[in-house]
Amino acid sequence: MAETRPDRITGAQALIRALEHEHVELMFGYPGGCILPAYDPLLDSEIRHVLVRHEQGAGHAAEGYAHVTGKPGVAMVTSGPAATNLVTPLMDAYMDSIPMVAITGQVPTAAIGSDAFQECDTVGITRSCTKHNELVMSPADIPMAIRQAFHIATTGRPGPTLVDIPKDCLIAEMDWYWPTDQEVLDSLPGYRPNIKGHPRMIKEAAKLILASERPVVYAGGGILKARAAEALRDLVELIDAPVVTTLMARGAFPDDHPNCLGMPGMHGNATAVTSMQKSDLLIALGARFDDRITGKVDAFAPTAKVIHVDIDPAEQGKVRKPDVPIVGDADYVIREIIREIRARQAEGATQADTSAWKSTISGWREQFPLTYEMSEPGAALKPQYCIQQLHAHAPEGTIVASGVGQHQMYASQFWRFNEPYTWVNSGGLGTMGFAIPAAIGAKAARPDRTVWAVDGDGCFQMTAQELVTATLEKLPIKVALLNNSYLGMVRQWQEMFYDERYSEVFLDSSNTPDFVMWAESMGCAGFRVESPEEVAPTIEKANAINDRPVVIEFRTDAAEGVFPMVPAGASNDDLILHPSQQDRAAALQEER
Amino acid sequence: MSGSMNHHILSVLVQNRPGVLARVAGLFARRGYNIFSLAVAPAEQEGRSRITIVVDLDSAPLEQITKQLFKLIDVIKISELDPRRSVERELLIATVRAGTEARGAVLELVTIFEGKIIAVADEVLTVSLEGHPDKLDDFEDLLDSYGIVELQRTGRVALPKLDRGARLRAVN
Repeated sequence: MAETRPDRITGAQALIRALEHEHVELMFGYPGGCILPAYDPLLDSEIRHVLVRHEQGAGHAAEGYAHVTGKPGVAMVTSGPAATNLVTPLMDAYMDSIPMVAITGQVPTAAIGSDAFQECDTVGITRSCTKHNELVMSPADIPMAIRQAFHIATTGRPGPTLVDIPKDCLIAEMDWYWPTDQEVLDSLPGYRPNIKGHPRMIKEAAKLILASERPVVYAGGGILKARAAEALRDLVELIDAPVVTTLMARGAFPDDHPNCLGMPGMHGNATAVTSMQKSDLLIALGARFDDRITGKVDAFAPTAKVIHVDIDPAEQGKVRKPDVPIVGDADYVIREIIREIRARQAEGATQADTSAWKSTISGWREQFPLTYEMSEPGAALKPQYCIQQLHAHAPEGTIVASGVGQHQMYASQFWRFNEPYTWVNSGGLGTMGFAIPAAIGAKAARPDRTVWAVDGDGCFQMTAQELVTATLEKLPIKVALLNNSYLGMVRQWQEMFYDERYSEVFLDSSNTPDFVMWAESMGCAGFRVESPEEVAPTIEKANAINDRPVVIEFRTDAAEGVFPMVPAGASNDDLILHPSQQDRAAALQEER
Repeated sequence: MSGSMNHHILSVLVQNRPGVLARVAGLFARRGYNIFSLAVAPAEQEGRSRITIVVDLDSAPLEQITKQLFKLIDVIKISELDPRRSVERELLIATVRAGTEARGAVLELVTIFEGKIIAVADEVLTVSLEGHPDKLDDFEDLLDSYGIVELQRTGRVALPKLDRGARLRAVN
């Protein structure tokens, strides 16, 4: 079988072969001038290519794919405007630590720097929104560049990488080779992510956990990245501690589990927020103390010691100085902490009494559930009700993708997430228009699952064209469009902090566009729902349609706000409760 | 000028690849860290460069800067050099007004500092001085009274001080 003569192939063939060697089964892209040569060998490949309608859609679809599979999403586009259209998804993936590999065409090497047609400095532009990027200058370098890109994207703290390939490098021939693992490591002498965590710190963590009377497990997106949901559950059940799951970690721990307090942060529920504030030990696992979680940092969890497990050393102490920093893979480290706790217990150590803490928390949970008031007959729908009904009728394993804004918060608050990798959203960057392309990526990865995109009327108008992709590529996603005719979240801020002076937030989308006609024109089934009694039947109708995408437009109440809310920059102690609970606010402070 | 009080020196070993300096500089810009001076050149090992960065610590804690820098794939090693335990050097060249009246005094200054005259014209001299950045600061101050026409400093380079014995040879 030994190959005697070198396999002489073009750079383009090498690129596609390299992707096959990286086990790529599915990619998202859009061809154009400079990347043209790569699209020819793609015809002969087993790799499925989903042709999007805008390069941003390719990027978000790749992210959606990566969210639900854990495998790197791949997007391939041409140079210039196509590369700049990828900037938003790259930044989105960077903020949310999504493994993703982008391949961009570039003008021929001889033309680089000459302001050639569709030239842009792609590696320059994407340097600060990728974990790493590389401009290939010879066809012989393509296999190594691709191997490095996949290795870097998927190891350590995952993130997006980009390989920029000039057209002449795709056209010219090279002797095929596939670098070994060792060659890849040798080529990256400065890149050695730490997996194991320091044994002394792990011991220290176990000691603090056993001594804590008011522990809270603060689970972040890193749990999902590290495939650590099972380890997390083992730890929580071992120490019987309450858990909060951040916006990036919804589904990492089951909402229906008695220890789950739900989402903390700016729009977190009162119990999740307050339990962190009053805790004596935060066990932060794959979480990065984002400003949307901490509120005013100086006032965040003032009495808590902090164990911070994160694979990225730069997250340790970036926002909050940890008492026990542990740099390592969440799954590995959690298992080590469990082992250490068990060992101590076997030697007779006992856990501090947490019963008073548990009863305080259950008191809060009883008094401060997430809530809303049902709409009056004939009035616009409550968005929370729509989400609850979607969830109530969703088949098991349903994946929810969301845009950014009020509808995102309602979805995170009122959907019950009980399975990892069923929630796909843009947390760090807050990218409006994320839902539809991300849902397409998720559906392409998991065709057996129902995939709902929860969208707003603002978001929908940013990326709706990808529903054409969904129809023609036979990726029948479902879109729940909560139309309140406003940029709802911005409107809410103007209502609360700008004396109800509404500036440029009225999208006036009750007639224009006609979302149902628009959906139908893109090959989708379209429904409009205006009254509560139509909600469930229409959802059932949508669930029964599997041969094309569905869009349900729910006409929702523009005056509805997301509660609870910690105003930007305020302390988490100054949480604004739902209006119906505000008379009880003192109860959150007194039961210390 | 070096104001070394709130400065720290990072010696950063990197893979010598296209764009590596842009990555380092871009990181500082994006995270709001200030670079006080920067020098870069190939290091002892082939394919490696060493970047000496003097950072302004008012802009961010050193630990965070170092950790963020180390996330760059091309960065291999970062050493933090304590000014008290490192040797630092910089090169200054300056064109100074030195007409007939001032010429003697400027020459004397260059001699005292053990600098060099590297170009001569009727009304100006170009001088050079290599040494510890503090010494260059003094020299620059004194030259200024004669009128500096143009001045260029390289930014400092630094290495850790050697252990005892050899340290004697590392005086300023």
